[in-house]
Amino acid sequence: MDIQEKKNKNKKYKPILEGIPDWPVYKLSKNRKEFIEEVAQKSFNRVKELRASTKQLVDELEATVYREQQRMKRNRWRADPQDEPKFWSKVKEDLQALSGKTEEEQQEKANEILKRIVTRYADEIAGNFKPSRYRLAREVIKFWFARLLNGARVKKFGAFWRNQYTLRDKIHIVGKVKQLRRLARKGTVVMVPTHFSNLDSILIGWVIHSLGLPAFIYGAGLNLFNIKIFAYFMNSLGAYKVDRRKKNMPYLETLKLYSTLALQKGAHSLFFPGGTRSRSGMIEKQLKLGLLSSTVEAQRDAYLDAKPGEEVRKIFIVPVTLNYHFVLEAPDLIEDYLSSKGQDRYMPEQDRYGSWQLIQFMFKFFTKGSSISVSIGKGLDIMGNYVDDEGNSIDEHGRSINTRDYFITNGQLSADRQREDEYTRMLSQKIVSEYHRINRVFASHLVAFVAFTMWQKRHPKLDLFSLLRLPEEDLTLPYEEFRDTCKRVRKQIYRMKIENKVNIASHLKGDIDEVIKRGLYNVGIFHLKRPLLRNRDGNIITRDLNVLYYYQNRLVGYELDKFIGQ
Amino acid sequence: MNSINLSDNKPIGVIGAGNFGSAVANLLARQRPVLLYARDPEVVHRINTSRDNRGHIIDKNVTAVNDLAKVAAECDIIFPIIPSSHFRSVIRSLSPHLHPYHILIHGTKGFDITLPKHSTIEEIETLNRHQVKTMSEVIREESAVVRVGCLAGPNLSKELAAQHPSATVIASPFNEVIELGKKLLRNDYFQVYGNNDLTGVELAGVLKNVIAIASGALSGLGYGENARGLLISRGVVEMIYLGRALGGNTKAFLGVAGIGDLVTTCNSSLSRNFQVGHKLAQGKTLQDILAETDEVAEGINTVRIAKKCADYYQVKAPITHALYRVLFEKLTVQQALQYLMRYPLNVDIDFLDK
Repeated sequence: MDIQEKKNKNKKYKPILEGIPDWPVYKLSKNRKEFIEEVAQKSFNRVKELRASTKQLVDELEATVYREQQRMKRNRWRADPQDEPKFWSKVKEDLQALSGKTEEEQQEKANEILKRIVTRYADEIAGNFKPSRYRLAREVIKFWFARLLNGARVKKFGAFWRNQYTLRDKIHIVGKVKQLRRLARKGTVVMVPTHFSNLDSILIGWVIHSLGLPAFIYGAGLNLFNIKIFAYFMNSLGAYKVDRRKKNMPYLETLKLYSTLALQKGAHSLFFPGGTRSRSGMIEKQLKLGLLSSTVEAQRDAYLDAKPGEEVRKIFIVPVTLNYHFVLEAPDLIEDYLSSKGQDRYMPEQDRYGSWQLIQFMFKFFTKGSSISVSIGKGLDIMGNYVDDEGNSIDEHGRSINTRDYFITNGQLSADRQREDEYTRMLSQKIVSEYHRINRVFASHLVAFVAFTMWQKRHPKLDLFSLLRLPEEDLTLPYEEFRDTCKRVRKQIYRMKIENKVNIASHLKGDIDEVIKRGLYNVGIFHLKRPLLRNRDGNIITRDLNVLYYYQNRLVGYELDKFIGQ
Repeated sequence: MNSINLSDNKPIGVIGAGNFGSAVANLLARQRPVLLYARDPEVVHRINTSRDNRGHIIDKNVTAVNDLAKVAAECDIIFPIIPSSHFRSVIRSLSPHLHPYHILIHGTKGFDITLPKHSTIEEIETLNRHQVKTMSEVIREESAVVRVGCLAGPNLSKELAAQHPSATVIASPFNEVIELGKKLLRNDYFQVYGNNDLTGVELAGVLKNVIAIASGALSGLGYGENARGLLISRGVVEMIYLGRALGGNTKAFLGVAGIGDLVTTCNSSLSRNFQVGHKLAQGKTLQDILAETDEVAEGINTVRIAKKCADYYQVKAPITHALYRVLFEKLTVQQALQYLMRYPLNVDIDFLDK
């Protein structure tokens, strides 16, 4: 079943910068070696600043080696470099040789070791953007997507080779597209999307290209590089690698400085500020502040480095939500979430999906309907103020403000980490509230939320886990009642849309029976066990309550449950 | 932390020439020139000519002005010390002149409430955090200023003026605001502590006014130290419960701005809130009391707001409830006391477990 969107939403955009050599990401990778050296040098200085005495530094290095060796023992990945064990055992040897030396000798050697480590990390992290590969990847994706779409949808001989449908018909981009394109010319854009699926990285890559923007650099989880097909595309699309297993201080500092320096050099960037994929299916509430703080730092440094009167390149934060009917990994994600809830235990990042499953999914996705929509939010400055199309920050009272003023005390521009930590926290709160505002409600979200909440309210004494343990056969909802509730909740969603608290997909409007039909058809469309469907009598039943819980979580946080009775 | 250069001679702003405002202006004047804003041109004239305001001798380093724009233009650091009922409107008038480089440290212990159109606080059944704001939240809402702090603690204006030893807390999420405040205010008889829980400290400062009124009432009835000890210790528990419901942490209530301020106000006949309670116990009505004084006792409004918040968040607040009924429902203080003594309480301390 197709979902109609207004046609004009799907227009094509011209590139804002003609040739790839003009792209900041290209310049960055052309000078890759120098850039890595700069990152390493700055990380070195930063770690030294944080671990000032010889003893502290040596302790930190020992902790780092220990953690790295533990990681290699427990959890090695295909994407890990071959020479890793050798490198770290050499570091360990060198550290052991320190004992008995004078403090001066120790300091000198420790500095050298630290330099070796951060240089290695910087090199591991750094992306490798190649224009030829980028062009190839772009063409390959375009070509095969077109074949899939047309072959599947137009059932005529030869349809396979037609170009009647493009990806644009499948993925709807709405929101502040024009502003985004302007801001990308005026300053450095940091796109911060919600993160639900491994597909997000590729999807966003396509969105950026299709909006005519130069490639963004982005931190992609190293686990994705285990999947060969992903690794190929990501390497070519400007990704740098983020290894979430490495939690040692030198690594985290290097990672942050990589992103800060790239921003300062004007490379448009993409962060998933939630860190990992949302396990619960809820929109992220807590963001990772580490990477986010690099935007604040980069902006402050830009002001500090500027000569008097010189115009400073501003950094713009653009929140984006990705709205799906279906998340491939949903059953596993929700299982992870439920088993970890209440106890904060270690969760290994494991992907049960290889290249083959992905191709299968792609095929289903293109042949069977079910669209994706991408909402682009209004641009923000690093303090979370909205910016106008010229990039000027505007406060809540419509007055123009100078972002530089946030870094001034007593008339002096200064760096103050504690202050900036606080700013980062404020920014993250703003991004979360923007997510909720631009999130587009789909029919499938509505039906999942209403059905699950109705069941929950029918068992007021059960906690979540007992509820989920109820046998699926025992759960039915009379259609009429379900329908009326959907209508009531939808009305409230309309009201909130007017108050600018949420957004809706255009297919949510219209005849409620039709909307429910669409919702039921699409919710978790490709799962083996459907989370929601109608039985022979026309009543609502579920085959997988856990997965239904995952999809209903999308609408948590809007206080919509008040509109669902017992 | 980069060093803050205090050698420069930029003036500090103080907004509000009331009792506490004058005392703070005098404290600041030991370090820097001060611009003291007063709404009334006559007060401005009087301060600048006779150096006298509400019994304070105003330091010669203080210049009284009547122009908010001038204060904002000349001062980077401003102390708004205005009664809570006017706080929002004054910040609104100041706001067009404020920039993100300004730092505001307020010294007002009260709540701001926003009611739906055409309704009064009497008509409203309950209040919640969407309607009740602390002063720093008002500053954040009404202006582009983000670096906000507050002054709290036992600072009775008259004792400050007499240079008795005392202390204050500067609360702000920003360390630089705390450091600045310390450098500007600290002297040989005035100690300054820092706290990062701005909301908690603000709430402690506001909610203690309720207990202060109750303490005045006890003393008005002629009761002694046993009764006061009981009131203060139960009062802290009540403040903590309410404060947590409103978004503060327990710790802030145990420090100088919490217990310190509470004990001071509950023992002081100088405190306006205490005086209100004292008069209530003598059988005066709220109207009589309001007619007698020209200065605002923040506590009266606080009782009203705290009671409605307690109802909304379902927090047990027997002292607040009893006072509410005395102030607005014609219960006598004697009856209220009986109600409290019969109130079924079981556990002494149960707020430290969680």
